[in-house]
Amino acid sequence: MDAYTVLIYFLPLGALIAGAAMFTGNLLSIKTKESAHKREAYECGEVIIGDARIQFKVGYYLFALLFVIFDVESLFLFPVARIFRGQVASGLAPHLLLDLAIFVVVLSLGLAYAWRKGALKWD
Amino acid sequence: MDLVWLLYKVAFAAGLLGLSLGVAAYSTLGERKVASWIQDRFGPNRSGPMGILQPLADGGKLFFKEELIPGVSNKFLFILGPGIAMSTALVTSAVIPWGRPLSIGGREFPLQLADLNIAVLYVFAVVSLGVYGIMIGGWASNNKYSLMGALRASSQMISYELAMGLSIIGVVMLTGSLSLNDIAAAQKGWHWNILVQPLGFLVFLVCSFAECNRHPFDLAECEAELIGGFHTEYSSMKLGFYLFAEYVNMFISAAMMATLFFGGYQVPGLDSLGLSQNVAALVGTAALFLKISVFIFFFWWVRWTLPRFRYDQLMALGWKTLFPLALLNIAWTGLYLALRGFK
Repeated sequence: MDAYTVLIYFLPLGALIAGAAMFTGNLLSIKTKESAHKREAYECGEVIIGDARIQFKVGYYLFALLFVIFDVESLFLFPVARIFRGQVASGLAPHLLLDLAIFVVVLSLGLAYAWRKGALKWD
Repeated sequence: MDLVWLLYKVAFAAGLLGLSLGVAAYSTLGERKVASWIQDRFGPNRSGPMGILQPLADGGKLFFKEELIPGVSNKFLFILGPGIAMSTALVTSAVIPWGRPLSIGGREFPLQLADLNIAVLYVFAVVSLGVYGIMIGGWASNNKYSLMGALRASSQMISYELAMGLSIIGVVMLTGSLSLNDIAAAQKGWHWNILVQPLGFLVFLVCSFAECNRHPFDLAECEAELIGGFHTEYSSMKLGFYLFAEYVNMFISAAMMATLFFGGYQVPGLDSLGLSQNVAALVGTAALFLKISVFIFFFWWVRWTLPRFRYDQLMALGWKTLFPLALLNIAWTGLYLALRGFK
C-alpha cells in the first residue's frame, strides 16, 4: 500500500468527523418555538430589503481572472524548480537559468500589463 | 501488507486528527490568554484551574446551541459550506513529517502518514479548497453582509495564494523535491532554508496570515462593518466549524513554515550527542513542536498588535509587493544555485 492509497483512505475521515459532529450537534441542540422573525436574515436588525442575490463589484471578477492566468503560469514553474538542482550538477545551469529568466520575465510582463491598465487598482 | 503496519497507520491517522483538533481547541484558549496578557487583564480563568477547561466548555456549548438555518437561505449549501471548511482543514496534516522514523523491534515506523512525492502541491490543493467552504457558506446565507464577507475572503485568499505558491518555488529549487519529507531531511544541521530564502520566508509568512484570514488580513469578518462577514448567519456547531477550521489552518501553516524554512524536525548538532535513534527522533519531534508553538504565538501576537488593513491596501500589498517579491526570490535562488554549482 503506497502513500497515495493511505491518503485515499484518510481523506474521507475529515468529512466523517465533520458529519459526525454536525449530527451530534443536531441531536443535542435545543429547539425553541418558531416566531415570525426567527428565521429572517440578520442584517443589523434592519428590515430586510430584497434578498442578497445582488450584483456586486466587477473588481472581484477581475482579480479572479488574473488569478487564473497567473496560477496556471506559476504552475509551470514547479516542474522546472523540481529538476533545477539536478541540471545545475550536469552543467546545464546557464542554459536553464536563461530559460527560467525568459519565463519569469514573460510572467512579469503580464503583471506589468495588468498593473499599467489599472486592473490592480481597487477603488 | 501486514496487520502491524495497518494498525500503526490507523492509530497514526486517529492520533493526527486528534492532534489537529486538540491543538486547535487549546489555541483558542492560548490566544485568549495571550490577549489578556497583552492587554493587562486576566482572561478566561473560571473553568478549571487557570481556565484550562475553557475549550471543553466552549465546545460543549456549541453542541447544545440551537441550530438556526435562515428561511431565506439555501439549506443544502448552508450546511455544506462549514462542512467543506472543516473537512479540508483536517486532512492537510497527512503529509507533514512530524519526525524521523521510529525503530521498534527492527522495523521502521515513519512519523508521517503519507510521504507523497508532491506533498507541497497537495497542501496547496487542499488549502485552496477551503475557499469553497467560505464562498459557499457566505452565498448560501442569503445575507448581504455575508455575501460581501465571502467575496472579500475568496478574493483575498486567491490573491495571496499566488504569491504563496511562488514563494515556495525557491525551496523546491534548493531541495530538488516536492516531498516535505525530502525538504525536511535536506535541512540537516544548520542548512536551514531560511538562511538562503529569507525573502521567500517573508512572503510565505505574510501570505499565510492572509490565507488563514487572520489579523491584520481578517477583512472577511470585520466585526464593525460586516457583523461577522461570511458567518453572520451561522450558529451552533456550524459556526464552530468555521472558527475551528481557522485555528486548524493556523496550526498547519505554522507546521509548514517550520518544515519548509526552519528545518522541520532537524535539531543542529543532535547527531553528535550519540543518542539512540528513537530518542533522537522524539527530540526532533519536540523541536518541531517548539518551532510550531513559536509561530502560533506569533500569529496571536500580531493579532493583538496590528490594526486591520483597508481592502485596497490589502490587494495592493498582495499583487504589487508580494507577487513581484516572490518572482525576485525565484530569480535569486536560480542565480544562487547556478553560481554555487551544486552537486
